[in-house]
Amino acid sequence: MTATLDFISSVPYFAGLDGPVLKAIGRHVFERKAERGEILLFEGHPTDALYFVVAGAVKVFKTSADGKEQIFSIIRPGDSFNDVPVFSGGVNLTSAEALGPVVVNGIKKTDLEAVIREYPQLAQNVIRVLSRKVQELVSLVEDLSFRHVTGRVAKMLLEYAGDGDGERPRLTQQEMAAMIGTAREMVGRSLKSLEEEGAIRVERNRIIITDLAALRELAGVA
Amino acid sequence: MADMPIIDHDKCQQCGLCASICACGALVADEKGSVSIIEVEKCGWCTLCELVCPYGAISCPFEIVIERKPDQD
Ligand code: SF4
Ligand code: SF4
Repeated sequence: MTATLDFISSVPYFAGLDGPVLKAIGRHVFERKAERGEILLFEGHPTDALYFVVAGAVKVFKTSADGKEQIFSIIRPGDSFNDVPVFSGGVNLTSAEALGPVVVNGIKKTDLEAVIREYPQLAQNVIRVLSRKVQELVSLVEDLSFRHVTGRVAKMLLEYAGDGDGERPRLTQQEMAAMIGTAREMVGRSLKSLEEEGAIRVERNRIIITDLAALRELAGVA
Repeated sequence: MADMPIIDHDKCQQCGLCASICACGALVADEKGSVSIIEVEKCGWCTLCELVCPYGAISCPFEIVIERKPDQD
């Protein structure tokens, strides 16, 4: 058994549940490891399991027929991916790729269903998590529809900024572009204009937010 | 050691494009014109190598951090 009950209880799906449910879940959880660039899930393949990131970060994305990538989210420790198809049935709606060395825990669809049948209180948590995922998607649709590219870059920087402790995923300009639904060159241009505005400073491979208030304003989330 | 662009050797086809575009001389092809080596100190993280690689084999990821003001320490 690789998953600790401590970790399991920190996952939003299982937060606040008591010992017996957590133990039941713990019995079914398995571990997977991957290196940067490794695909954990393929869009269109049959859904086998719900996954939680234990360490590292995973990008969840879709690829269009002409090869354009749209990133839906970057999943960080404690968060889940592949939720919707696990509960609705069918195939993986998105692909998932490791953004660096990652460790994930998974629970097979059939095992999860069995635990939910035995412990219905788990269903309430599921509803809560899925509602939050819907909110995130609505916010993504809003950004793509209404926000100017520079504003989207600013908002993305705010969302992914850490305090430099190496815990946060590192993103290429291509990944940033795929996340906010634009071309790579637009990201480069937006970063330049944010730098000119004095909101950020780019130092080699670090984007440093120098004026948080200004960046928030540019992101339209002041 | 400074961070350096990441080459995925499974994807790299050793076409040498990245080394030819790298103006800082950080990426060099060996005598056989094949493998690219990175000289860390020289790389300015211009991300051109990532841009030109036809196989998505080289990546230049950025860390995003909030500047700590001295009075917050
Ligand atoms: S980022 Fe620029 S300087 Fe660094 S290896 Fe790539 S092309 Fe060379
Ligand atoms: S451009 Fe890409 S495939 Fe060609 S040598 Fe560089 S990393 Fe390898």
